Amino acid sequence: MPADFNWAIGGEAGDGIDSTGKIFAQALSRAGRHVFTSKDFASRIRGGYTAYKVRTSVDPVQSVVDRLDVLIALTQRTIDENLDELHEGSVIIYDGERTTMQDVEIPEGMIGLDVPLKSLAEEAGGAIMRNVVALGAACEVSNFPIENLDSALEKRFGSKGQKLVDNNKEAARKGRDYVAENYDHDYDYDLETTDNDYVLLNGDEAIGMGALAAGCRFYAGYPITPATNVMEYLTGRIERYGGHVVQAEDELAAINLALGAARAGARSMTATSGPGIDLMTETFGLVATSETPLVIVDVMRSGPSTGMPTKQEQGDLNQLLYGGHGEVPRFVVAPTTVSECFWKTVEAFNLAEKYQLPVYVAADLALAVTEQTFPPEAFDMERVEIDRGLVVDGDSIGEWQNEKGQFKPHALTEDGISPRAFPGVDGGAHMSTGLEHDELGRRTEDTDMRVEQVDKRNRKVQTAQEREDWDYREFGNSESGNLVISWGSNEGAMVEAMEYLDEEGVDVRFISVPYIFPRPDLSEEINDADQVIVVECNNTGQFADLLERDALRRVKRVNKYDGVRFKADELASQIEKTLRQEEVTA
Amino acid sequence: MSSQVRFTDFKSDKQPTWCPGCGDFGTMNGMMKALAETGNDPDNTFVVAGIGCSGKIGTYMHSYALHGVHGRALPVGAGVKMARPDLEVMVAGGDGDGYSIGAGHFVHAVRRNVDMTYVVMDNRIYGLTKGQASPTSREDFQTSTTPEGPKQPPVNPMALALAAGATFIAQSFSSDALRHQEIVQQAIEHDGFGFVNVFSPCVTFNDVDTYDYFRDSLVDLADTDHDPTDFDAAKEKILDASKEYMGVIYQDEESVSYEQQHGLTENMAEIPDGAPEDAMDLVREFY
Repeated sequence: MPADFNWAIGGEAGDGIDSTGKIFAQALSRAGRHVFTSKDFASRIRGGYTAYKVRTSVDPVQSVVDRLDVLIALTQRTIDENLDELHEGSVIIYDGERTTMQDVEIPEGMIGLDVPLKSLAEEAGGAIMRNVVALGAACEVSNFPIENLDSALEKRFGSKGQKLVDNNKEAARKGRDYVAENYDHDYDYDLETTDNDYVLLNGDEAIGMGALAAGCRFYAGYPITPATNVMEYLTGRIERYGGHVVQAEDELAAINLALGAARAGARSMTATSGPGIDLMTETFGLVATSETPLVIVDVMRSGPSTGMPTKQEQGDLNQLLYGGHGEVPRFVVAPTTVSECFWKTVEAFNLAEKYQLPVYVAADLALAVTEQTFPPEAFDMERVEIDRGLVVDGDSIGEWQNEKGQFKPHALTEDGISPRAFPGVDGGAHMSTGLEHDELGRRTEDTDMRVEQVDKRNRKVQTAQEREDWDYREFGNSESGNLVISWGSNEGAMVEAMEYLDEEGVDVRFISVPYIFPRPDLSEEINDADQVIVVECNNTGQFADLLERDALRRVKRVNKYDGVRFKADELASQIEKTLRQEEVTA
Repeated sequence: MSSQVRFTDFKSDKQPTWCPGCGDFGTMNGMMKALAETGNDPDNTFVVAGIGCSGKIGTYMHSYALHGVHGRALPVGAGVKMARPDLEVMVAGGDGDGYSIGAGHFVHAVRRNVDMTYVVMDNRIYGLTKGQASPTSREDFQTSTTPEGPKQPPVNPMALALAAGATFIAQSFSSDALRHQEIVQQAIEHDGFGFVNVFSPCVTFNDVDTYDYFRDSLVDLADTDHDPTDFDAAKEKILDASKEYMGVIYQDEESVSYEQQHGLTENMAEIPDGAPEDAMDLVREFY
């Protein structure tokens, strides 16, 4: 595993935890180090505990681990919440002058650094900069040249004037100098820098950027954690390309606005989380049966109902696969990393238009809030391809009209794909409806036509299965008899877990699946393996159910539904334990 | 399409299945005539219909159209217009679609003021489900689900619209063909959300709000000195429960449509073959 360093800042909501954490992550990224961040929200105790955690290494990092080396604790609770992750020699930076921190308890074996954050910040120009003082102190402890912090401070505060930037730089130096002058510990950390250029972004931003790259021009949404960042990212950017973002009155309106824009010919998208998917499911059937291309992003969070809105879960899979009355095809793709959030969104737009159906992008909270570093080439825009599918214009429309000159938007074709005519095309006027319809899009209850239209819609799935690469990502030893399969955001944790397993002498073949429907046929891989474990963040094993059905073989399951994503070391030990369990035969 | 568009060009070859005598025939005819008269043709017109007897209009008219989900026609229409400001967008529905299941969208569509026309076929009854109370049914109107009447006041859609900041409020009557067409035409020409509540009698299930009732009770504002640009006068008429009015009741001549407010002029259907030329700038923002 990478020689990593794990850092966190924690306090009350409103303490500026997120923005301080982001500054540190940005400084590391700009110094050519890889970064993987995560956020903690309160769950065990009432109150507003929140923490921003940063894992960094010169090698790629793609998971969180159960270890914390340096902790900036603005409250006693921050220490209490992280006792499991702190270890002997961990450094805890706190402000002993803060009334609530006067009786702070530093666990035995750990190094407590009492730094008057507020007073030093006031000296530098204002108490509000106390977190930046703490960042300076952390730089000293981790042997990270403070100049690296400067560029992140410039990025964060540059728009508010040079004076503020200078004050913050001064505050950071006061923190650094205070620790240097008052403490004489040996710290084990050395955050070396490299010349590499990295970009730092989260899954929501990657989804938004993917939409822009793919030519999305219309977005309608309703704010909901943890999907709101998609809308916030697009706002102010989509306009550069002639597009528009609408904040709708609810998710019912959001999907209908997006549907309207899609019928008008625009590449259109909405993003939400589970509760919003429930509402959008009403209109989903209309989108699918009217054969309208639409990208619907579900940034999953813990359910059911309001559930745990700021917690991780992959519990919506069945809803996305089966939600809505009646039977009509939809595609479901599930990005496995932050950069894949970009590529799968681009792909979702192509799939939606080529096969004229709704495509769900099943992301999750762990992807959405994680800031991760990538070389810019990971988002090479030259590689973005746009395929709008079968679209007719005034010249080609004649091929798709009946003898009366009426356009056939639901023409019965061999591959199931019918032509699309955007409004404005002469001779293309037609209607679409949620009613069962004939080739012209007009209501029918004719039994033959009903069957033909249902079959035609399903033929699009067969066509897509034949024409597209529904591939998977593979890691580890492909000859191993131990097969681990996961979907969505668990990939990073599993890839790193394999390094722990390797140390224990456990050999694993790992398949990470980004397509839920259609999906790669893994029946051979599953049946060839000695043991199969399916890893997912839900209680029942919704993906495991699908794979069992595909392969007609029972699989073992590792499920997590406590609201926290898998951590690499924790997942490794669970895999090890599960491999030792008796075979599932029931 | 040629410049000589006739209103029959907006007619599909499907014969309406509305009951003989239904007000919706007249309502639809007026819409088609108004569309033709304002220089539109079926290929640049998008009609969105809701669910109910009124929702069938998308099938009987010829244009680009979507027959939507119950109550959600307005957001679809807004999405069409935002993506394609070059299109003429008309949304049609009934009193159940617009003022019951879709009441929330109605208020927000009014606020948004997208430049489109909303025609509500108000028959004060649920016709397609064979005669239950609608949100505009009278308090004592007896139906299969309200044997003693709904015992709650009917929704006043115009008051709802006015309170939400409407820029165009009108009412018409399906059997007064000329006036109905004129009024819809004014709504189309209005720069913003043109709302027309059309009394469109149900001859099968509503024996109270009949043709005769409307003929006897309607006051045409064109015959009065009503000034639709006078907000207070409009408010007075809208809240006057003693009469039924026909005509343009309120119009804000300073109305600025949503598309103008947001500078929406582009045809969003047109996109390049690959990522935008400057797309790597999006990546560099994350340095």
